[in-house]
Amino acid sequence: MEHIRMPKVENVRLLDRLSSRRAVVGTLYLTATHVIFVENGSETRKETWVLHSQISSIEKQATTATGCPLLIRCKNFQVIQLVIPQERDCHDVYISLIRLARPVKYEELYCFSFNPKLDKEEREQGWKLVDLNEEYNRMGVPNNYWQISDVNRDYGVCDSYPTEIYVPKSATAHIIVGSSKFRSRRRFPALSYYCKGNNASICRSSQPLSGFSARCLEDEQMLQAIRKANPGSDFIYVVDTRPKLNAMANRAAGKGYENEDNYSNIKFQFIGIENIHVMRNSLQKMLEVCELKSPSMSDFLWGLENSGWLKHIKAIMDAGIFIAKAVAEEGVSVLVHCSDGWDRTAQVCSVASLLLDPYYRTMKGFMVLIEKDWVSFGHKFNHRYGNLDGDPKEISPVIDQFIECVWQLMEQFPCAFEFNERFLIHIQHHIYSCQFGNFLCNSQKERRELKIKERTYSLWAHLWKNRADYLNPLYRSDHSQTQGTLHPQIAPCNFLYKFWSGMYNRFEKGLHPRQSVTDYLMAVKEETQQLEEELEVLQERLANLQKSQSGDNKVKSKQQDQSKQIGLYTSNNTLANTPQEYSNDLKSFPSRSPSQGDEEDSALILTQDNLKSSDPDLSANSDQESGVEDLSCRSPSGGGCLPSEDSGKDSDEAVFLAG
Amino acid sequence: MEFAELIKTPRADNVVLHRPFHPAVEGTLCLTGHHLIFSSRRQDNAEELWLLHSNIDSIEKRFVGSLGTIVIKCKDLRIIQLDIPGMEECLNIASSIEALSTLDSVTLMYPFFYRPMFEVLEDGWSSFLLEQEFELLSSVTNEWRLSCVNKEFSVCPSYPPVVIVPKCIDDEALRKVALFRHGGRFPVLSYYHKKNGMAMMRSSQPLTGTNGRRCKEDEKLINATLRSGRRGFVIDTRPLNVAQQARAKGGGFEQEVHYPQWRRIHKYIERFNILQESFIKLVEACNDQSHNMDRWLSKLEASNWLTHIKELLTAACLAAQCIDREGASVLVHGSEGTDSTLQVTSLAQIILDPRCRTIRGFEALLVREWLQAGHPFQQRCAQSAYSNSKQKWEAPVFLLFLECVWQIHRQFPCSFEFNEQFLILLFEHAYASQFGTFLGNNENERAKLKLPQKTMSLWSWVNRPEELSRFQNPLYEANSLVIWPSVAPQSLQLWEGVFLRWNRPSKFLEEAEEERINIIRYNKELQAKVNTLRRQLAEMETDEEVQ
Repeated sequence: MEHIRMPKVENVRLLDRLSSRRAVVGTLYLTATHVIFVENGSETRKETWVLHSQISSIEKQATTATGCPLLIRCKNFQVIQLVIPQERDCHDVYISLIRLARPVKYEELYCFSFNPKLDKEEREQGWKLVDLNEEYNRMGVPNNYWQISDVNRDYGVCDSYPTEIYVPKSATAHIIVGSSKFRSRRRFPALSYYCKGNNASICRSSQPLSGFSARCLEDEQMLQAIRKANPGSDFIYVVDTRPKLNAMANRAAGKGYENEDNYSNIKFQFIGIENIHVMRNSLQKMLEVCELKSPSMSDFLWGLENSGWLKHIKAIMDAGIFIAKAVAEEGVSVLVHCSDGWDRTAQVCSVASLLLDPYYRTMKGFMVLIEKDWVSFGHKFNHRYGNLDGDPKEISPVIDQFIECVWQLMEQFPCAFEFNERFLIHIQHHIYSCQFGNFLCNSQKERRELKIKERTYSLWAHLWKNRADYLNPLYRSDHSQTQGTLHPQIAPCNFLYKFWSGMYNRFEKGLHPRQSVTDYLMAVKEETQQLEEELEVLQERLANLQKSQSGDNKVKSKQQDQSKQIGLYTSNNTLANTPQEYSNDLKSFPSRSPSQGDEEDSALILTQDNLKSSDPDLSANSDQESGVEDLSCRSPSGGGCLPSEDSGKDSDEAVFLAG
Repeated sequence: MEFAELIKTPRADNVVLHRPFHPAVEGTLCLTGHHLIFSSRRQDNAEELWLLHSNIDSIEKRFVGSLGTIVIKCKDLRIIQLDIPGMEECLNIASSIEALSTLDSVTLMYPFFYRPMFEVLEDGWSSFLLEQEFELLSSVTNEWRLSCVNKEFSVCPSYPPVVIVPKCIDDEALRKVALFRHGGRFPVLSYYHKKNGMAMMRSSQPLTGTNGRRCKEDEKLINATLRSGRRGFVIDTRPLNVAQQARAKGGGFEQEVHYPQWRRIHKYIERFNILQESFIKLVEACNDQSHNMDRWLSKLEASNWLTHIKELLTAACLAAQCIDREGASVLVHGSEGTDSTLQVTSLAQIILDPRCRTIRGFEALLVREWLQAGHPFQQRCAQSAYSNSKQKWEAPVFLLFLECVWQIHRQFPCSFEFNEQFLILLFEHAYASQFGTFLGNNENERAKLKLPQKTMSLWSWVNRPEELSRFQNPLYEANSLVIWPSVAPQSLQLWEGVFLRWNRPSKFLEEAEEERINIIRYNKELQAKVNTLRRQLAEMETDEEVQ
């Protein structure tokens, strides 16, 4: 609290990004964990909550006659523009937020104060939901070829690896340790995915320290052991996910890539995915395009192309497709690495696993996948997502890109995934929110030292509890798309890589389809379930009635209570929205029509009514995601994190503007 | 003329058909007067492909030894390849297809020969009459009348025989106004907004010329749509400088001095040859098999197609906004009033009028605002994106309109009674069809060709319950409100259903649609069952009470 210079400022204006004329006045509060804006006005008093950990940048702009503007950009792609009347207040808020948004100790993060009112047992149960031991068993290891190694039990060999690691049976501790010394940050080849059907596997590591000519017998033996663990194939692919030029440059620093001549029976392959710095800049460029006030189609498409973002997404996907094909169709094992083996390697291994194994396309399986390829193998969440104040050059949207790859696949295979887009968006949100302990720190070792499991809650349990909100209505476990390997198209003309406005313009609801097919179908399915239940009850009653020829009043009155009134498609589709600014010409028109109702001016985006939500965590985003208001007639299926219908309606209207 | 004269080789065996995402098939190729027919010989999977010659946009031939290959590019954007053994056969077949796909005379087109195999329940030629439309209008207002001034197509050759005009304007005045408007297209009612009594009119440009000619009757006509003391908007689909230049050629625009109650807004919508070029570039981009993402995006951008979509949607939204939000009447026109004008007026109605989002209402809209309003379908749809010949009057004006409807549909997936397939069907039939609906350039030509007597209407076929069921949107729930689409670039997407239709495997998307249909069908079945049981129970219980 000592960092809050200014806990409360009144008469602050919250601007609408799409139109300056839709600003609302309210009070700004700074708390230890959130920035809160409460709209003035007796009835609505809408609230906008932003977690400090979501703030990616704060910009103080030049003071104008109306006040001092403050621009807050968030890691979940929300952009908030405030105007604070007094320059001095604005400065205080700015200074406070700069500090609050960049905590220096883990203990300052929200997860250590977040309390969902669960008892100890529930918390422990939550952490047990995803169990990697169980997962390796599901894959079919240990078996004749693979075993668990305890060589890293005290993180003695590699401090960014987990303690329990699967390696080929023929790889002795000597080989592993030897190999680890020949790999960047001692990240030696370890099992990521094992394909039960044909013994082919995906292994991961960091780059070898080969320089221009160095060799390491143990490392060569290690790769041979991986090949031998797949008796059906006489070679393995080694996939370096970096552009060739980058890999070559690394040789000068004593690192590099495998020399095919030194390793027996490997096929070496480059797949050029750019490094974290290129990706960070690419996202930055794309977000600039998203932030344009009213871009022309050319501005937008040119900006999108120029950002290179979709090209990078495609590169990651192509790599995943290559590996999945090698494993499923050729039955060949693959060793994947990049430089350190914790960014591109994680992306590519998890895309490949997702394509290969339908389990990872289920809700539970997807959690397991992230836990396996990202959390346990030491993806540096803290550095990449800037949870603690650190080097800005370490920040990069690595897992964001993986999440987008999944979304692009969902567009191509609409029935293949058990979860929906909202699930992905919420996971992205919580990778940055630091509300749950899952993604804290840079490695398993650090998390254990911090006692994350004893002190924080697991996101997976939270998502699982609300899983009804995240279901894809088109998913059936017996559908052909949910079986076996997915084979996506790779040419842009065969498979349109799309800009994901649901993510990057997530808070600008006016840009999204105004009716959600997913929510509609989920509501129908829920109603169907109720109907099934009622049908059963009715059939039973009918049978009873037919049996007992004589009257039985007691039964009847009870039955009347039971019979549910199911509102069928009768209720009105209250899809009230308002037009955008389609022309500037209308503004200067003198005779403004009286039909311009208040309703257009009162609304505001990016808000939610906290009073109605008992779950503060999702307060900042849940409204935006669920509220397709033509569904207001239907009962939403979910738990506490679904918003009220009212706020959905209001935020929906806000986006459009009468000229 | 006998078609047989054009067919030297009516049949070839051992022909191999190649299509993207299908294995090559061997079979027999037959040519008839109107069709190219390919049938595979395989017993297990007999497959037939029927292609209308009129659907063929261009044909290329090449030879490797004596094996000839013909690549056929269709107006529906599909590309197929046929390998034909024998150089002579191949040459004969290619020249026959060339001749048969470019017949000059309309009366040689397939619709004049097509005999339907289905029972006609309702003659589509008389399904949508303006008289019925007027009857509906009369139930809410008496400010309008039906005029038969154009009975003989003498006042305006591209207008239908009857039009709706303000009641206070007589036929004599209409004749004068017609002389003041390009091609005689005087302002007529396009849409009446029941909610507030505002009207949308459409016309062509006024013939003011350089010396600022005026026409009192024209002013009186359009002022008749205004409430006292209120203003209206003229939405001119040309930029101001183009409108100004038009004066040199005798055209022009409504000048403030003579139309003080009207405010003019110029919303530029691109015209034919530019659109056709854009269409050709887009289709080229979509057929580029390169794996390069940048190249794809830059080609998509360079085609400008989505820019045209955005411009058109914006203009339509503006027109709708003037009517619904500003409570003003609107007059829409460009130059001729047969292309961009109709795009704007029809899209504005999709936004404003829930009836236009039903199947029947959408059909009525097409008949009213496109066919009867004199959009020159035959000229515009003579060639599609693959044509090599020099373009004359071709332009994807109607396709752009359909795509805009699709864009709105994508944003409001539950508010339309029809599905994407319906829009694709209309695109196909506008370019090549067994039905006479889209033949001719206006009602005058259709009457001369005696299309209603000599050909079948598309509506006769599509409105039969068994066909209709394929075009229904399972998610539809009537939405009585105005639907305002977003026109931001982030909200607009390439219409994959048309442009990537033949280039992408459609299986997974079709399966998804099937799932959606099944989920809803099952729900409805259960509802029906539950309702029956409830009724049954209620009856039994009352019986008991009576006892």
